[in-house]
Amino acid sequence: MSGRVLVGVKRVIDYAVKIRVKPDHTGVVTDGVKHSMNPFCEIAVEEAVKLKEKKLIKEVVAVSCGPQQSQETIRTALAMGADRGIHVEVSGKDYDSLGPLQVSKILAALAKKEEAQLIILGKQAIDDDCNQTGQMTAALLDWPQGTFASEVSLEAEKIKVVREIDGGLETIKINTPAVLTADLRLNTPRYATLPNIMKAKKKKIANVKPADLGVDLTSRLEVLRVDEPPQREAGVKVETVEDLVAKLKDTGKI
Amino acid sequence: MLGLFQGASRLRAALRLLSYTAPFPPTDLQRLCPIQTSARFMSLSRRLHHVGEDGSRSSPASAPDRLPFSRVSVEDLAFFSQILPGRAITDPDLVESSNVDWLKSVRGSSELLLRPQTTEEVSQILRYCSSHNLAVNPQGGNTGLVGGSVPVYDEIILSTSLMNNIHSFDHISGILTCQAGCVLENLSLFLEERDYIMPLDLGAKGSCQIGGNVATNAGGLRLLRYGSLHGTVLGLEVVLADGRVLDCLSTLRKDNTGYDLKQLFIGSEGTLGVITAVSILCPRKPKSVNVLFLGCETFEQLLKAFQLCRGMLGEILSAFEFLDSECMKLLNTHLKLSNPISDCSFYIVIETSGSDPSHDAQKLHNFLEEAMKSLLVTDGTVATEESKIKALWSMRERVTEALTHDGFNYKYDISLPVERIYQLVTDMRQHLGSRAKRVVGYGHVGDGNLHLNVTSPVKDPVLLAAIEPFVYEWAARYHGSISAEHGLGLKKRNYIYYSKPRPAVALMGNIKAMLDPKGILNPYKTLPDQLKQH
Repeated sequence: MSGRVLVGVKRVIDYAVKIRVKPDHTGVVTDGVKHSMNPFCEIAVEEAVKLKEKKLIKEVVAVSCGPQQSQETIRTALAMGADRGIHVEVSGKDYDSLGPLQVSKILAALAKKEEAQLIILGKQAIDDDCNQTGQMTAALLDWPQGTFASEVSLEAEKIKVVREIDGGLETIKINTPAVLTADLRLNTPRYATLPNIMKAKKKKIANVKPADLGVDLTSRLEVLRVDEPPQREAGVKVETVEDLVAKLKDTGKI
Repeated sequence: MLGLFQGASRLRAALRLLSYTAPFPPTDLQRLCPIQTSARFMSLSRRLHHVGEDGSRSSPASAPDRLPFSRVSVEDLAFFSQILPGRAITDPDLVESSNVDWLKSVRGSSELLLRPQTTEEVSQILRYCSSHNLAVNPQGGNTGLVGGSVPVYDEIILSTSLMNNIHSFDHISGILTCQAGCVLENLSLFLEERDYIMPLDLGAKGSCQIGGNVATNAGGLRLLRYGSLHGTVLGLEVVLADGRVLDCLSTLRKDNTGYDLKQLFIGSEGTLGVITAVSILCPRKPKSVNVLFLGCETFEQLLKAFQLCRGMLGEILSAFEFLDSECMKLLNTHLKLSNPISDCSFYIVIETSGSDPSHDAQKLHNFLEEAMKSLLVTDGTVATEESKIKALWSMRERVTEALTHDGFNYKYDISLPVERIYQLVTDMRQHLGSRAKRVVGYGHVGDGNLHLNVTSPVKDPVLLAAIEPFVYEWAARYHGSISAEHGLGLKKRNYIYYSKPRPAVALMGNIKAMLDPKGILNPYKTLPDQLKQH
């Protein structure tokens, strides 16, 4: 199987950063906060680059939807080995309400335009935990999907995917073209090495607007309020078992 | 319930786990040479026992005999329990962890752990101990590496762990005032929320306390950029040996009114007074932090890369650390951390901290292009994201941890002229041959500070005899320091003459006698045993 792979990469708040809710409870603070590529997207890029190194596919195209800063995320993918990037410009209110439905429409349109044969995404983003984009994209394109992939192998015109599910591992074989979403154990993303970081600066990132792809960004969702989880209260230490039973009775637990 | 009176046999049993068999370092340099030549691969039977001036058989790093302090009595315990209700601990299980150091290399036999919460309580404790001739071992996070933080015998452990309040923080000047027991990492988190950072950072940050950091004049990973504690500490509150509280807790950047007493206590390792509060000048949190992890083939290339770095990244450079390929093997084997880049002989960790991400990115780009073009660097990676930065830093910060899994560790912290740093490692490898399991070098190359470590499957006195005093003599030969940042503590106290002349050490003794005439503060540490005879 040869051809083009689209990899979606999302710019999210770095997972090591402490998240703060905005005082007006409309969302979380993103200004001046460190962002980075969604960890599952890194795994997706790594898988695509691996396939290219095995000469199973010809070209890896990294795609990101968002404001100007999304280009940094695309550059990271380029430094890891992607060939070129596509930045779909979405900013302001549109970006605030951008969700899996809109992104999957964009990816579907791009897949058709670029004649991609494989789309690899992270299974979910660590900011919204939606776990929907891969599945919606496959549905819009009417392509098969291999989600929660922990192992991917290309065999002739089919793809064998080992999926991580609640009961264990499920192995399926799907036709191409297809959508795959990467789970944690699929691979360990490489560090971008210096020569690649330098090369990446010269690789092309094309600019596209959602309107050019004929995609309507209107959201069907409205965020009412964002709150922090309740503060964890301190526990109470007791000296004896009798104390423990008494306390449990006092607080009505038993 | 309180077996507080110890028999002599129990005392003997409670001695050091380490016993050194190298000859006692001579006190004048003329005698260095003759002993040096016969120090190579001494067998146990041919070991020289140098008789010290007091007539006893001495080994440089093992403890001297117990000095005639009082032992803790029932009355003493009653007093402490009264002024520190619930915080005068005698339960052996609870005292045990404070009796052993982080490296698990030295163990004391204290039976009393005190946990004051205020300066006043510390003052009462010391006043009492002074009048009753009870020895005291001040203890912070107990992360020291030279056996200075745990008792040698039955000294009372004075822990600052409950003195963890932050008094104040001035967000305009960046001056933080806090109690000595504040954990460094907690202070960092507090400051980061206010857009500042601590001027020092070290691998032990999750456990070490600022009082202990000051008492040992800790260096760490940021010294290259922000300087030492001698510069960043603006004031101290110290309780002296007789219980007097010395309030030098100024928060002024400049104050030339009389002798700067706080400098005496910085690095005094708990032997001149107990630090109870610190005021420290903190830098702003950088908006843009980048970490580079680079690989070099030779140490000469590493040094050239350092010069290039200084030239092209000078004003944003905040750390320049190195580790060798043996360290990388340790990280791979014991901590399952994989190499971010390809295998090289040396690895450099460079951190930049600046106020403008795009400016710094441009500077980095220029530096990397130049470094690669001139073939100084054979491979590398860059991180701008917090999670990746942490991952790259852990390659350097966790070497100490990886070493503990490799067997028994012999740790040396040497300051040398920068160009000589790795020569000591190669010379040591050659000198020890197959006797040692592993010889590794890593550390703050930017500050001229090498962490030389040797491992062996089990503690090996003959190996030790080959390492010491070879390593100290080597350092002395190039006018280096035998302890760059770890201090002297118990283990290195008698090697002080390799790096300091006799008159200087004698004057240190005078100061100690003046501030602590009974010698109750952290006895057996920092100053050499011989001084005590005078």
